[in-house]
Amino acid sequence: MVALTIDNLAVEVPEGTTILEAARSVGIHIPSLCTLPEMHHSPGACRVCVVEVERARSLVASCVYPVAKGMKVKTNSRRVREARARVIEFMLSDHPRDCNICQKHGNCELQQVAEQVGVREITVPCTDFTVHDIDDSSEALVRDASKCINCLRCVTACAEVQGVFLLTPEGRGFNSRVVPALAKNLVDSACTFCGQCAVVCPTGAIVEKDHTDLVWAALEDSTKHVVVQEAPAIRAQLGEEFGLPPGTLVTGKMITALRRLGFDRVFDTNFTADLTIIEEGNELLHRVKTGGKLPMITSCSPGWIKFIEHFYPDLLPHVSTCKSPQQMFGALAKTYYAEKEGIDPASIFVVSIMPCTAKKYEAARPEMNSSGYRDVDVVLTTRELGRMIRQAGIDLAALPEGDYDAPMGQYSGAATIFGATGGVMEAALRTVYAVVTGKNLPSLDITAVRGLDGIKEAALEIGDLGEVKAAVAHGLGNARKVMDMVASGQADYHFIEIMACPGGCVGGGGQPLPASDEKRRLRAGALYQDDSDVQSLRQSHENPSIQALYDDFLKEPLGEKSHHLLHTHYTAREV
Amino acid sequence: MEAVAVSLREPVDEFSPEQWGKIDAIIAEHRTKPGALIPVLEQVQGISGYLPEVIQRRVSRGLGIPLAQVYGVVTFYSFFTMKPKGRHQIRVCLGTACHVRGGHQVERRLEEELGIQPGEVDKDRLFSLDIVRCVGCCGLAPVMVVDEDTHQQVKTAKLDQILAKYRDQEEVHHG
Ligand code: SF4
Ligand code: SF4
Ligand code: SF4
Ligand code: FES
Repeated sequence: MVALTIDNLAVEVPEGTTILEAARSVGIHIPSLCTLPEMHHSPGACRVCVVEVERARSLVASCVYPVAKGMKVKTNSRRVREARARVIEFMLSDHPRDCNICQKHGNCELQQVAEQVGVREITVPCTDFTVHDIDDSSEALVRDASKCINCLRCVTACAEVQGVFLLTPEGRGFNSRVVPALAKNLVDSACTFCGQCAVVCPTGAIVEKDHTDLVWAALEDSTKHVVVQEAPAIRAQLGEEFGLPPGTLVTGKMITALRRLGFDRVFDTNFTADLTIIEEGNELLHRVKTGGKLPMITSCSPGWIKFIEHFYPDLLPHVSTCKSPQQMFGALAKTYYAEKEGIDPASIFVVSIMPCTAKKYEAARPEMNSSGYRDVDVVLTTRELGRMIRQAGIDLAALPEGDYDAPMGQYSGAATIFGATGGVMEAALRTVYAVVTGKNLPSLDITAVRGLDGIKEAALEIGDLGEVKAAVAHGLGNARKVMDMVASGQADYHFIEIMACPGGCVGGGGQPLPASDEKRRLRAGALYQDDSDVQSLRQSHENPSIQALYDDFLKEPLGEKSHHLLHTHYTAREV
Repeated sequence: MEAVAVSLREPVDEFSPEQWGKIDAIIAEHRTKPGALIPVLEQVQGISGYLPEVIQRRVSRGLGIPLAQVYGVVTFYSFFTMKPKGRHQIRVCLGTACHVRGGHQVERRLEEELGIQPGEVDKDRLFSLDIVRCVGCCGLAPVMVVDEDTHQQVKTAKLDQILAKYRDQEEVHHG
């Protein structure tokens, strides 16, 4: 341990701790814009965290400067305050003064830090900033480099966390900015649209593409029958947009809010998550029995799909042909549901609420129109739904609990846990075990695949199949490690679950901000609580609405209708 | 499953098989060495004259270094360029003395003659034009440098003749 004083307070912290962390441990919050310790990112780039260290000649960046025995630190001297204000003033002098109309307004770390350090005047004219072209080429994300402060967080997220290595600083000096390789637009690059860059960006320089206007227009159009589906993770995230603590389950209030916004039917992506388990479980059994390509890899995460299409196209035959639950829902809403209710599918408008920016890209993929229409019309992130609810003046926390509509609203606990890393694997193993052995697993909780370890493994004895080996990875950097094993023949798994985002969908590119591992853990906890305490059914094959769907419409898993509506193909792409 | 390769490569190959051979040899020689990127780019630019997308992709693949990192380095150092240079590089001096004694007229005349701005190359890639600050012969301003030759007390009326000399060289060379 190292003893020092910070603002005359005695502090004792482990060796190697930075001044910034040491100060936080005694309740002193030094402003910072670039460092993100959880991601091991401290480039010392922004300089707003400067402090005074006795006998050091100049001010030091507290986020990279380690503590030393007997050190005397001042975090709040006049010299420090003035230096910080100058840093922020300099940053703002080359920044659009658009806060009131900026998508990041109210959630922008630059705004917050400017407020904390108290900048009240910028001496250069407000039009005098470097304007860069806005990249809104993709369905998923919008990049406005004029708002970039060169903190390089997105570069680290894309390279170190996601293993995509797409972003880089371009040039140097005042005009330097972060761009995709070769300054391409995102659509012309190997971007996976995972949105992890947007999750860490402290400003509005990378944000989700806002599609709320399209949804308002559909809701106001009396010729449209507007149905909505919500991904498993939304019920564990949406509360945060309204000040509820992370990990609060708001299923019933979310349903009420969606009704009040004017959706004609409130369904649930969990319904098709259960369906995915039936189709994918049967596909796995089919591959095992017929000597098909193994290990089989999950296909629910569109960021992951784009990643493997670019970086491991040779391994595409390993990927399950199942569409994601979002896309299965869209295809069935405009066929099964339309038929059952006698509604013209042309008038059905499907909206998804997803924790994910890549889902926007997925819904727009050209092959996603097996109903004869675009299967999912608009995808909103959790943040955009929060925005709509606020615009409508609805106080989410005060709402009564609502309930889902039939026939695409019923689900099992196995579906809810899709939102956490390992959840799809756990749900699939429950059903595969029951189908093969005719009995339930002795314990439905498969804890080996839960939690935030990057790569998890499990082995399960399943009747005639013998030992089934499974692996789970989340974050594309971890996916890369597992794919290298598969490519070199070192992976003797039968089944692999991959989610593009750290923590799975609870940590998706569309989640409420700011993000942290602690929040991911709490949200996952809420999903497991829904599975164990709230839902009476915990296995996908027990869902009566799914049984009815097969009896009335699909007939059998992997059958002709399923093949047409629920399965898909992939495209090899260059890097 | 259908496998469609989406090609992002540039359609025309402007480099000769011989140039590609040399480029690939440079990459191969450095493949396993750490810190190879900058020396490789330097040597490759010596062969290809500049570092367009095709070359950066080739280096990225060959060295197993992400394209973004290659691009970041190329844009960071001013001695790397993504713009082609002409076979003859014209540098017009706009240092104080040249500025005062008509350097701008020379520059403007060249821009008209070649149809390009400073930093660009003409459509035949014969001449590229750049501005420099003082080449150290202020007594004989205005000065322009073409390749290794310094032309002093340049008169705009004589520019045609100077350019013609280099054009002729090309014809002999290619004839
Ligand atoms: S990025 Fe932040 S500081 Fe910049 S305009 Fe948007 S809200 Fe304001
Ligand atoms: S969306 Fe993902 S892959 Fe694309 S630039 Fe951002 S972090 Fe990289
Ligand atoms: S885009 Fe955002 S995260 Fe990336 S460097 Fe700029 S401000 Fe930082
Ligand atoms: S937070 Fe310390 S330099 Fe940016």
